[in-house]
Amino acid sequence: MTSVTQDIIEVKNLVSHYGERQILRNVDFSVKKGEIRVIMGGSGSGKSTLLNHMLALLKPTSGSIKIDQLNILTANRKELSKLRQKMGVAFQGGALFSSMTVGENIKLPLKHHTELDDNTIDIMTRLKLELMNLAGFENLMPSELSGGMLKRAGLARAVIMDPKLLFFDEPSAGLDPVTAVELDELILKLRDAMNMTIVVVTHELESAFKIADKITVLFDGEVVMTGTVDEIKQSSDERIQNLINRRPRNDVVDAEQYIQRLTAGQN
Amino acid sequence: MSYSQTIHLHYERLVLTGEVDLHNSPQVRKQLLAILKNGCSVLVDFSELSYIDSSGIATLVEAFNVAKNNQLTLTIIAAAGAPLQVLELTNLNKVFPMVSSLDDIRE
Ligand SMILES: Nc1ncnc2c1ncn2[C@@H]1O[C@H](COP(=O)(O)OP(=O)(O)OP(=O)(O)O)[C@@H](O)[C@H]1O
Ligand SMILES: [Mg+2]
Repeated sequence: MTSVTQDIIEVKNLVSHYGERQILRNVDFSVKKGEIRVIMGGSGSGKSTLLNHMLALLKPTSGSIKIDQLNILTANRKELSKLRQKMGVAFQGGALFSSMTVGENIKLPLKHHTELDDNTIDIMTRLKLELMNLAGFENLMPSELSGGMLKRAGLARAVIMDPKLLFFDEPSAGLDPVTAVELDELILKLRDAMNMTIVVVTHELESAFKIADKITVLFDGEVVMTGTVDEIKQSSDERIQNLINRRPRNDVVDAEQYIQRLTAGQN
Repeated sequence: MSYSQTIHLHYERLVLTGEVDLHNSPQVRKQLLAILKNGCSVLVDFSELSYIDSSGIATLVEAFNVAKNNQLTLTIIAAAGAPLQVLELTNLNKVFPMVSSLDDIRE
């Protein structure tokens, strides 16, 4: 029997709108078990929106999404809740509860979803704090942490249940270079030691090239390309080259439309 | 996960087989704490262990600390593969006594 590594994420033909505005255009996105996938793309290209769809936080207009074999668009509450326990998410903004200490925030999923002894939960929490270089900050309130520390605390909470699947939106944004490099190392180690599948949204090229098995480039809600680091670097697509060489987009100016936008509502 | 318990020299040897995770680590905890409560040092044998999650690791940390506070020892035997990587990830390979095989255990 041939062993085929199966897709843990299968997004097909995803179309999504916010109101009237189309955000995602026929997105196909499959990720294999144990893979580290980076999603790249300019601001507003739909990266966070795609992430939110995979977390079943948004309803698409059409298309299909399967996570770990479960069709999340037709799944019931119970199935979704079970799936969510296998997924960890670190949101772009950190999103800790401001009324709880850092430690309480991080252990929250364990308190909710497991029957583990308090001693076990406390040690698990401290292990994650150590891992994120936050030892000793357990009893502080989120408002007492710096931006980079909040980000790491968010990651500690995302991995507290040892998820099979980790989603991470903009891990290194706002971190100093040393901390950003440490975070990349950590992502690689989490995959190797825990066999996690990790989907990372990032703008940081260096980080993307270092951690990615494959990169998916989004542009205006469309997948321009999915490929290995080398394939992306060698792509002849101008949009990809602009992104990796940090060239500003050279939008064609439609004078008529431009002036209409500037004077909208005026006569 | 399953486990078996045997006597080796003056140690209790706990062989963990399969995967230790959120659902079964409380069982491992109960077993380890019971052995230590009986005043016995423990060998945790990883040779048949394919995966251990952080609740399993936390359990070992707690048991190691209980052992230490009671002048007993907790030694890990034959950690390899993913379980070894988890120990390294958490730097606990520098804390727990670790030996590569049962033959390295002396009286
Ligand atoms: N809640 C919302 N309601 C309406 N429109 C939204 C909402 N969230 C995002 N959008 C729009 O969807 C588009 C894609 O946004 P998204 O947040 O997915 O981009 P992104 O690629 O994550 O950008 P960034 O790199 O800035 O985080 C943007 O044009 C944005 O204005
Ligand atoms: Mg975003």
